[in-house]
Amino acid sequence: MSEVKLENISKNFDQIQAVSNLSFTVKHGEFVVLLGPTGAGKTTTLRLIAGLEWADEGRIQIGDMDVTKSQPAERDVAFVFQQYSLYPNYSVYENLAFPLRSPLRKSSKQEIDKKVREVAGILHIEDKLQNRSTHLSGGEMQRVAIGRALVRDPNIFLMDEPLSSLDAKLREELRLELKNIQVNLGATLLYVTHDHVEATTMADRIGVLKEGELIQFDTPSNIYNSPNSIYVANKLGSPKINIIPAHLLAVDVPETVKFIGMRPEHVKIDESAKLEAKVETIQNLGVEEIISMNFNGEIIRATVRPDEAHKVRDSIKFNIDTENILFFDEASQRVQI
Amino acid sequence: MSTNIDTSRSPLEATAFSKRIAAFIVIIYAAIAIIPMLLIVTTAFKSTTDAITYPPKILFKPSLEGVVNLSTQRTRQSKEYLKSLPPPRTWYEKIVRKRQMVIAGPSRFFQRFVNSLVIGFGSTFFSVFLGTLAAYAFSRFKIPLKDDLLFFILSTRMFPPIAAAVPIFLMYRKLGLNDTHLGMIVLYTVVNLSLSVWLLKGFIDEIPKEYEEAALVDGYSRLSAFFKIILPQAATGIAATAIFCLIFSWNEYAFAILLTFREAQTLPPFIPTIIGEGGLDWPAIATATSIFMLPVIVFTIILRKHLLRGITFGAVRK
Repeated sequence: MSEVKLENISKNFDQIQAVSNLSFTVKHGEFVVLLGPTGAGKTTTLRLIAGLEWADEGRIQIGDMDVTKSQPAERDVAFVFQQYSLYPNYSVYENLAFPLRSPLRKSSKQEIDKKVREVAGILHIEDKLQNRSTHLSGGEMQRVAIGRALVRDPNIFLMDEPLSSLDAKLREELRLELKNIQVNLGATLLYVTHDHVEATTMADRIGVLKEGELIQFDTPSNIYNSPNSIYVANKLGSPKINIIPAHLLAVDVPETVKFIGMRPEHVKIDESAKLEAKVETIQNLGVEEIISMNFNGEIIRATVRPDEAHKVRDSIKFNIDTENILFFDEASQRVQI
Repeated sequence: MSTNIDTSRSPLEATAFSKRIAAFIVIIYAAIAIIPMLLIVTTAFKSTTDAITYPPKILFKPSLEGVVNLSTQRTRQSKEYLKSLPPPRTWYEKIVRKRQMVIAGPSRFFQRFVNSLVIGFGSTFFSVFLGTLAAYAFSRFKIPLKDDLLFFILSTRMFPPIAAAVPIFLMYRKLGLNDTHLGMIVLYTVVNLSLSVWLLKGFIDEIPKEYEEAALVDGYSRLSAFFKIILPQAATGIAATAIFCLIFSWNEYAFAILLTFREAQTLPPFIPTIIGEGGLDWPAIATATSIFMLPVIVFTIILRKHLLRGITFGAVRK
């Protein structure tokens, strides 16, 4: 395991800027998640680190070695692909043994066998070892794909949305397992996803990407509580943060502040409050309710306990935790007050 | 009143009745298609006289005359001379004597058959080997003028190869490739290559490049990733392409008759030259044709299971 360092990495595909001037470091034993929508350059970043693409500019360092121009095999990284992950002509056992049989790692038969069985145990696929990789369910396939990375002791694990094609229950299960495995192995892991729940539940640090640029790189709680822009604020949290024009609230703010953001859990329904809105929809999630209300033409969402009886089209009074309000300027950047 | 519906099958599936009709049609077609083959194979075991009787005999006394005539050269002799000979020692001598002939030596048929095998399978091997490499490169690498090159390769197939026969004949004479195995293998490989590159490119395009990328990251070179991952995946396409290439070079007649006469002559130009006495020797020709059909049939049967597409594409999640 090693530290992985990206310095001013840029990559173009024909006319499209996939990644521009990207710099960050994944520390030894750290779980870093890159979060962003489709086309933000997440996968390209992983592929650049793995050596499946050459960077146009910048420098990539793994441990003490400059690998910017190295072949994929020389970098000793493990990659879990989003799809097409298993070699279809091999059994599960052979799929897991394949990386160990590489000419670069001369492992003995016994070592390979021991390692394969150990990893199969961790991922609960011991009884599937002799199956053809085509005769597996989606969840099992993805376990094997992750297993093919785990049999090795690479410098870094790179995972490209490995859970995105699984159903919700399985995704939750594997998410926990993956985090446990990473903690137990002390593995360095760079994980790419567009799912903010995966990001916050697993990451030590999150990098938020937008159109090939790194917008913010910080711990999940800092990203959530102290986003540096509306873009980042929108990335985490469900329901989404409320952003409304600053003039709608009678708060004393500097001239530069144009937008105000508040998380739904900081919007309090209170009969004695001053602000008034009209309930538009109510979503019952069991443990809580999401109330969407119309406040001077803007939709504000509030999460409340479900025992509070509200009806659609009711007039409702609310106030906002002033210490949790976020301020943004015209360019959607955070304004610290 | 509710109608009785067989709920055990899906509404999309054919009913038992329509399946039976389909089977019936297939059987009728197969029966018609097999008649010429049957005629050839039975004629091979008829005597020369039975072979030309009309209407054709369905039941006949089997004879090995065709086989003997095909594999020997014979001369007709006078009755007095035949009487002066010692009695025939072998069964095939006996057959020949009945027609007032003696065996003068072996025929050239088996040498021609070996030629066909060497040239047919040789050119198939090179077409598929070179085709696979080219198709892989076209499928995976950035090649300048890729589309133009592919079109050029296809265009070599656009005019009938025989249109270039005279230049090729002159060229081959200069190069000393006339009537050589090498010359024929090169020629058939060139003709087949366009087909093989295009067919195989389609197959390799369908193999996700993630497989190789995974192998590269797992510590393999591109070459070993190609052999360990891509080649087994492309087996289906390679088998299909090989069969097409073999069928072409096995059956090719025009170039064979133009460019080969002795050393490298293949069976297609040889078979029509099997002449009997007082007309064509149909049993011998039928025997030759039956043997000629065999390799392609065997080759196709061996590769049959690879022709069933899609078996190995199940691990791909889309």
